[in-house]
Amino acid sequence: MTIAVKPTQTGEPLFYLADEHPHPEGWSTPLGFWIYLMSDCLIFAILFATFGVLGGNYAAGPAPKDLFDLPLVAVNTSMLLLSSITYGFAMLTMQQNRVGATQAWLAITGLFGLAFIGIELSEFAHMIHEGATPQRSAFLSSFFTLVGTHGLHVTCGLIWLVTLMTQVWRFGLIEANRRRLMCLSMFWHFLDVVWIGVFTFVYLMGMLR
Amino acid sequence: MSTNPDLIKLVFGRLSLESLPLHEPIVVGTFGVVALGGLTLLAGLTYFRLWGYLWREWFTTVDHKRIGIMYMILGIVMLLRGFADALMMRLQQAIAFGGSDGYLNAHHYDQVFTAHGVIMIFFVAMPFVTGLMNYVVPLQIGARDVSFPFLNNFSFWMTVGGAVLVMMSLFIGEFARTGWLAYPPLSNIGYSPDVGVDYYIWALQVAGVGTTLSGINLICTIVKLRAPGMSMMKMPVFTWTSLCTNVLIVASFPVLTVVLALLSLDRYIGTNFFTSDFGGSPMMYVNLIWIWGHPEVYILVLPAFGIFSEVTSTFSGKRLFGYTSMVYATVVITILSYLVWLHHFFTMGSGASVNSFFGITTMIISIPTGAKMFNWLFTMYRGRIRFELPMMWTIAFMLTFVIGGMTGVLLAVPPADFVLHNSLFLIAHFHNVIIGGVVFGVFAGIGYWFPKAFGFKLDPFWGKLSFWFWVTGFYLAFMPLYVLGLMGVTRRLRVFDDPSLQIWFVVAAIGAGLVFLGILCMLMQFAVSILRREALKDVTGDPWDARTLEWATSSPPPDYNFAFTPVVHDNDAWWDMKRRGYKRPLTGFRPIHMPSNTGTGIILAGLSTAMAFGLIWYIWWLAAVSFIALLAVAIGHTFNYHRDYDIPADHVVRTEEARTQLLAGAKS
Repeated sequence: MTIAVKPTQTGEPLFYLADEHPHPEGWSTPLGFWIYLMSDCLIFAILFATFGVLGGNYAAGPAPKDLFDLPLVAVNTSMLLLSSITYGFAMLTMQQNRVGATQAWLAITGLFGLAFIGIELSEFAHMIHEGATPQRSAFLSSFFTLVGTHGLHVTCGLIWLVTLMTQVWRFGLIEANRRRLMCLSMFWHFLDVVWIGVFTFVYLMGMLR
Repeated sequence: MSTNPDLIKLVFGRLSLESLPLHEPIVVGTFGVVALGGLTLLAGLTYFRLWGYLWREWFTTVDHKRIGIMYMILGIVMLLRGFADALMMRLQQAIAFGGSDGYLNAHHYDQVFTAHGVIMIFFVAMPFVTGLMNYVVPLQIGARDVSFPFLNNFSFWMTVGGAVLVMMSLFIGEFARTGWLAYPPLSNIGYSPDVGVDYYIWALQVAGVGTTLSGINLICTIVKLRAPGMSMMKMPVFTWTSLCTNVLIVASFPVLTVVLALLSLDRYIGTNFFTSDFGGSPMMYVNLIWIWGHPEVYILVLPAFGIFSEVTSTFSGKRLFGYTSMVYATVVITILSYLVWLHHFFTMGSGASVNSFFGITTMIISIPTGAKMFNWLFTMYRGRIRFELPMMWTIAFMLTFVIGGMTGVLLAVPPADFVLHNSLFLIAHFHNVIIGGVVFGVFAGIGYWFPKAFGFKLDPFWGKLSFWFWVTGFYLAFMPLYVLGLMGVTRRLRVFDDPSLQIWFVVAAIGAGLVFLGILCMLMQFAVSILRREALKDVTGDPWDARTLEWATSSPPPDYNFAFTPVVHDNDAWWDMKRRGYKRPLTGFRPIHMPSNTGTGIILAGLSTAMAFGLIWYIWWLAAVSFIALLAVAIGHTFNYHRDYDIPADHVVRTEEARTQLLAGAKS
């Protein structure tokens, strides 16, 4: 609200804007997207809480120590962290208006994301193969749901990334596309932050349990 | 015809002819009436060639006013359904004595009380509240629409999708028999293997997406689109309560989404979140669902508090007493509503300290609520009170809600709760606050803003008749339940042994009958008002001599709400403008930038509903196809970069000129 609300020169109070300009397109989008992210954050908060309550209920089944392969999880984590860095580079090149470089960095981000999903799926497959299915115990139900929901979010992010790359390719780095890239950027970094929570509370502290 | 069972299963999932409740004469009769009514409606629309008009002007609209009106219509239609369930229960309980089984079997009765609760909360109260906020908030803050108009349309249709699923369950399959919150282990696959709980889950998930998104939308609208000069502490109180309500929506509906998703995982793939073995914990569900459920009741009642504030100050002809304390009371209630959820299950056995904590936080909520009550009283004190219908509802609310609040404080005392838990006393308490608070508030709001939306007032005679039937009916229906509850009668019972209880249930049934008359009078009121619209017409746009910005524009407001964005100097902005000699601008109009209509919202919601139907009946191909289509349409929509247009200046000139003539005609 930068418009000065002062009486007009004649001393009459000003009751309407004779010379107004509509809000620029996307005026509310960053705020709206932030609020959406916070609602999503709440979804993860509840899943973390569920894991916190049920995570020790192995029901005489396998425990984290029998299942988790920390070196693999470390590699996986680095995939996601690297993808966040490369997304940051994409945003920097976007600000310099370099379409080709932006697309390249987005593509690299996507590849890191794919690698993350691939490793996660192979980890899941391995666990299920060993009989550690989501049905086996409340610990495994909450583990698969928390980690799987994060994975699902990354998958959605990848679909979104491909869509945006197509739109940048077709329409260039126009204002609307910059705004969309900014939203996906927030989403992507948000997933990174959530993963740090998963890595710490599920994997590292699980091994200490 | 092929009778290959595998193929049939592949195509129809678990849906078969046996799923139709043909053996239930009551349901078949209802279906007959609904089908006949529906066919008449469809035939009428086709005969009068209204489909194109409805599609272009209403279904695809992104105008917050039209979406608000559609929410209200949805609420009224679902109120009829939810109230039919209530009447059935009251009748059953009034006659099922002395060995009589009543007229509803257990299978049907359990669905009726579940559907009643679900429908009244999610598809009556929520659409009413959301509809009023949608209609009023942008006008009150001097905006042209909400922040995300397309999303608004989509949210509405998702709510409709949920309602359609609940209605479908009446005729195809069955609804949940678990009570409105579907506690496991009863709602788990072992005890509820049929489609009832799946209908429940998916109806709420589909509608919940809509509610969450509309919450985000209205928060952004209020934060980003206020007229210049309207600082936070100059916002009308209804806008403040709407802001708090939408914060609550965004901060609580995701919890419902997760808890229902976990229940679906238990039911569909056999995980162990809420099972009793393999480490699962049914009490987790109860905790989580009430972490959503308690804020939910404040989501409903806060906007009602806002309505009462607007109505009291308008009809007392005075500035609202204690504006600042009203705002802070609202914010404090918003925060406290997150710290009380455990009072819904003191009997779980969390121990004395935990119960004391939640008992005390619950009692503390009565302090800001009481402050509000005194603010309204002091607003009326020495005011020139006009007893128009909205004011009558407000006074009925103040009397009724105080009783409900006091029984609430009683229930907040854990030792008392151990006696009253799950009894009819509880039922009486929450109907006391929800009908006395939310429903009366919505009716006050409808009466208050109807002339704004349609340009004519509601007929006062039928309105007053409806008012008295509703209020007396409410007291007759629910005071006996307090008595029964204190005598130890538990909720959701279908038959009774003790004949001395019957008289109370008969009185309650009579009360429900009176409320029914109240609803009929209300429908009559709408019909009579439409017929007499010329006599009830208001051309000023300000029939109540009101105080906030929505009354500054015409009734009904033009598409663009305000030809020029108003500038605000006072928290009763329109009152201030009237007092200081505001003159409506007559020249200098400019083109106005507005969002365009789109059919994407209704298509996406339709696909979501189809996907939900597929998931409910295990028709996997339908779910998969709808999901892929959903994704394709959503992505396709993002390729449309031209979503708005300009209303040309000469159109604005013509609209405003017409209003000038109307106003001149009113004066002469």
